[in-house]
Amino acid sequence: MGKPHLLKHDHADNVGVVVVEGLTAGTEMLCVVTADNSDFTVTAKADIPIGHKVALTDMKEGDTVTKYGEDIGRMVGAAAVGEHVHVHNCKTKRW
Amino acid sequence: MAFDFKNMTVNAWRRENGRVGVRNHVVILPVDDISNAACEAVANNVKGSLAIPHAYGRLQFGEDLDLHFRTMIGTGANPNVAAVVVIGIEPEWTQIIVDGIAKTGKPVTGFSIEQKGDFETIRQASWKAKEYVQWATELQKEECPVSDLWISTKCGESDTTTGLSSCPTVGNMYDKLLPEGIYGCFGETSEITGAEHICEKRAATPEAGEAFKKIFQAYQDDVIEAFKTSDLSDSQPTKGNILGGLTTIEEKALGNLEKIGRTSSYIDAMGPAVAPEKGPGLYFMDTSSAAAECVTLMAAAGYVIHTFPTGQGNVVGNPIVPVIKISGNPRTLRTMSEHIDVDVTGVLTREQTIEEAGDSLIEMIMRTANGRNTAAEALGHREFSLTKLYRSA
Repeated sequence: MGKPHLLKHDHADNVGVVVVEGLTAGTEMLCVVTADNSDFTVTAKADIPIGHKVALTDMKEGDTVTKYGEDIGRMVGAAAVGEHVHVHNCKTKRW
Repeated sequence: MAFDFKNMTVNAWRRENGRVGVRNHVVILPVDDISNAACEAVANNVKGSLAIPHAYGRLQFGEDLDLHFRTMIGTGANPNVAAVVVIGIEPEWTQIIVDGIAKTGKPVTGFSIEQKGDFETIRQASWKAKEYVQWATELQKEECPVSDLWISTKCGESDTTTGLSSCPTVGNMYDKLLPEGIYGCFGETSEITGAEHICEKRAATPEAGEAFKKIFQAYQDDVIEAFKTSDLSDSQPTKGNILGGLTTIEEKALGNLEKIGRTSSYIDAMGPAVAPEKGPGLYFMDTSSAAAECVTLMAAAGYVIHTFPTGQGNVVGNPIVPVIKISGNPRTLRTMSEHIDVDVTGVLTREQTIEEAGDSLIEMIMRTANGRNTAAEALGHREFSLTKLYRSA
């Protein structure tokens, strides 16, 4: 297996994390699930910085974002598969 | 590399009370802010002694004063400290700290400035500091089992890579070393938010889980509800966290909790700077998530080595406790590697397993315990930041 572009903690997660610098839109990303080292591919739809999240399913406003298999907040905008998920479209449910 | 955890030993100093220290500092400890100048003058006179100035110690009262005394006494009592000179403006509070440190059996002497002035205080304290440094530098290290180490953790400038690599590296270390009988400690009450249900389940006993819940609820009621503005989103996650890709406090908390591994559970939840009372094992401590404050509180509880995962690159150190930095973020390793002790970028490229990363951290803990200066020590990071509960009288 080559070096992954994206890591996903848990199979239940609908986002993954970019782990390479300089990822550009159109890259076919090798994605690895850290829970069992299984892999899949997703095409990046934007230039996304290292450490930032990518939608792995089509998500709409109000959807719960899942990472580590746990609820990490809600979508306040939409994101299609391969798009950037961050503070512009995702927010805590706490405050 | 496979470790024989059971038979690992380090060469370190066994103190009068049986605790093991991995550094041999002679500390010049100010009781209060206005005694900093005298302490720094003594440390300037006597090479090999270390002044640790701070901002508080006057007109504090109640629980806040208790925490101040506990932090001062705990810092002096830490096994990484061989002997202590305490200097305060007034004799009474100075004596309280001297008496607290003296319970360990280590040499400690107090001096007060009132009715004497800085010059005379510095003269007298410098003679004592010189005596202590010459005594401490002749103390011999001895072979001590790994179970004698007290190892704390707190992460900083976290990002999504910490939850993937450096935090589970610390967790793996705890899963391997806690069964050998070490003391562990994690904290950061505000950064449990969003994962408090998981943290509660990681208690070894219902009592420990209740103790954690009580601390977490008090933080919600007394801090968040009392002082919140619109929300905490401007400080949790921090701007650095957000730059690194963390979006919500829940996401940050889940990464934070990776530091306690897969199999470890905490046996008690305790107040800030409180020394653990239930024997070897993992403890939760009620602390701020601010790096220097948290490390200072854990050092005051008696922890002698601190493991510090960082994503975006926190540079914190401590005057008496070596802070080992672990990072898996390749950009941070590229741009500020002078601050990082353990490189776990291989976890992100899948060239290193968490098991291997945990072993590499254990190896660095052993080397640090045996004397290797951490990046923070080499760079002179000696942040000593006191936690204050409310304003002084």
